[in-house]
Amino acid sequence: MAYFRSHVLVCNDPECLGKGSMEIMAALEAELKKQGLNNEVEVLDTPRIGSCENGPEILVYPEGHHYLHLQKNDIPYLVEEQFLKGRAVEELLAKPKTDAAQELREPTEKEVRVVLRNCGEINPENIEDYIAADGYAALAKVISETKPDQVIENIKNSGLRGRGGAGFPTWLKWSLTRKAEGSKKFVVCNADEGDPGAFMNRSVLEGDPHSVVEGMTIAAYAIGASQGYIYCRAEYPIAVRTVNIAIDQARELGLLGKHIFGTDFTFDLEVRQGAGAFVCGEETALIASIEGKRGEPRPRPPFPAAEGVFGYPTNINNVETYANVPQILLKGPEWFASMGTEKSKGTKTFALAGDVKNTGLIEVPFGITLREIIYDVGGGIKNDRPFKAVQTGGPMGGCLPENYLDLPVDYEKLTEAGSIMGSGGMVVMDDETCMVDIARFFMEFIQDESCGKCVPCRVGTRRMLEILTRICDGEGRDGDIELLESLSDEIREDSLCGLGKGAPNPVVITLNHFRHEYEVHIYNKECPAKVCRALINYEINPANCVGCTLCAKNCPVDAISGERKQTHVIDPDICIRCGICKQVCNFDAVVVK
Amino acid sequence: MTEKVKQGPEINVIRITDNAIDQFHAKREELIPILMEINQKIGYIPREAMKEISSRMRIPQSQLYSVASFYHMFFTKKTGSHVIKFCESAPCHVAGGREVWESIQEQLRIGPDETSPDEKWTLISTSCLGVCAVGPVMMVDDDIYGNLTPDQIPDILAKYE
Repeated sequence: MAYFRSHVLVCNDPECLGKGSMEIMAALEAELKKQGLNNEVEVLDTPRIGSCENGPEILVYPEGHHYLHLQKNDIPYLVEEQFLKGRAVEELLAKPKTDAAQELREPTEKEVRVVLRNCGEINPENIEDYIAADGYAALAKVISETKPDQVIENIKNSGLRGRGGAGFPTWLKWSLTRKAEGSKKFVVCNADEGDPGAFMNRSVLEGDPHSVVEGMTIAAYAIGASQGYIYCRAEYPIAVRTVNIAIDQARELGLLGKHIFGTDFTFDLEVRQGAGAFVCGEETALIASIEGKRGEPRPRPPFPAAEGVFGYPTNINNVETYANVPQILLKGPEWFASMGTEKSKGTKTFALAGDVKNTGLIEVPFGITLREIIYDVGGGIKNDRPFKAVQTGGPMGGCLPENYLDLPVDYEKLTEAGSIMGSGGMVVMDDETCMVDIARFFMEFIQDESCGKCVPCRVGTRRMLEILTRICDGEGRDGDIELLESLSDEIREDSLCGLGKGAPNPVVITLNHFRHEYEVHIYNKECPAKVCRALINYEINPANCVGCTLCAKNCPVDAISGERKQTHVIDPDICIRCGICKQVCNFDAVVVK
Repeated sequence: MTEKVKQGPEINVIRITDNAIDQFHAKREELIPILMEINQKIGYIPREAMKEISSRMRIPQSQLYSVASFYHMFFTKKTGSHVIKFCESAPCHVAGGREVWESIQEQLRIGPDETSPDEKWTLISTSCLGVCAVGPVMMVDDDIYGNLTPDQIPDILAKYE
């Protein structure tokens, strides 16, 4: 078989054809032959390289150079530079997108895309794109060559841990489910990504759904399951649609359903939607929801591996966990284990949000530091403001201050620091964030989402929220901090499920690292970050005020008085601290004290 | 996506309910998809729908209410023609969500979980919609709006009849 060191894909979409892409292709082939390169460089035509207004366009692999708006007379120079001298032709290259609101940018050098490798690169609604990117090759290999126990052994050697947050060794979960007794077994994917700030799973389901389908099928093979569910939150309608299309296409090709790849192995999948309950991300609550009940957790043991959906042994893993599986089995467990730290192997996706310049999805190997994530990959703090804290792990995680920036990120290190990995949401906070307000904010979320089944969570978090609200309203009392601490201990100790046990975490860790901020709120009745409405005053600085009356005109409660060209004054008793005057002032005359 | 049936006295709640039950073969474990279908078609789950489900699927109404009231996306009271869901989660909050939230309430003159007197708008705060890179975010019916600032609100609301 001929070995080509390079491939050129020429777009043959109708729009590109209309612009002369076939002449470009012919010119390429002729020039390559002239230079004696036609046995080293292969030219192919293919649809859908990019967006149609940039044709004729080509993609050169392995470099991935994307050339646009090509003309016939560009070709000799391009061939000489690209294939003889090994250099890209800058003027013809596609410029990288710089839209700040983009979710998935070009990866920076510290990123490694394993789970996200296909997102944005393939058409998720076309199974053939996935297959062309080595899709279902792992499944084929496993079914034809590998016994189920060996599959589990391979997963063990890779070191893959559950990516949903707990980091439980994946091979062990599979092994326990495999060994459990039951006339049938289930494989479930937890796609109820409810952590505020987390949208990694959504991106994988929308961008590369087959990686999850393939991963689940492999898991089913290893465990001996015949039926699976993808439980996806209803807030993700596009993801639900894309996954359903993927399942239908896999079934059509015999990659799901009866006699997969012509063997005795049978496995089918169904999507189940949530209905807006964060607690359904907890595995026993998720199972209850699949069964059509209130999403209330139950005590464990028995664990789902022994008794899960409808009482049968069930393996539940996160989207990202499954998405890693095909590549681990294709490239080998050693490849996966070569990335990461001693106990946390492989990569992790994170969703950067908050006060960071480059918000969006990233994927990095474990061991990278928080500083590298926030500054190198994330581009630093928005408006170059000072960094205050980064919250990892979602609403049950912790806010880590500046002295933790050089912490290498992995399961153990984050837990030691008092936070958790969680599913991968990372909210970056600058100096204009009030940590007491943030703790109150997360507690409000938890209170809203508490299922109500157990007293420590249902009542305990309510009490904590009341105390935090009082503190933010300027009514903090001596003894409040101690009360928060003792409530935290009890709730952590006695709650039924992870939601309750984790609920006090933001309070505990902010008390640990930002205790003085709580004290200033309680004893000085001040909010250093100038966020808590009841503790701040908006004032007009006479030195800057020119009397333009813009603030007075925009004040929703008519709290500002003053004549034209005279210094204006805000009445603190009427002012509701909405901040509109500061926003509209062009002279920087409104200050917050 | 399930299209909402236009509001009006001619909505046949029983027919919509029966269709939903039949679509999912009246299976007990499909209760949540059945409720979701009714909720999306009518905008909420009316009392008559609960009675019909109870009668056809042999489930006590108390259990149905127990399930329906548990999940945030199910409404058991009538909602306005347009439902605004504003993301109340931390990343949106940190990106300036509070000012936008207040602006919306001011514009509509209603608070969270309230429906306007002319039954045009229902306003709720929702948990994370998963588009955190473009926060603050809100959904009006099925449309998502990101990178919100308070002054954009009147224009966005004006698009809906």
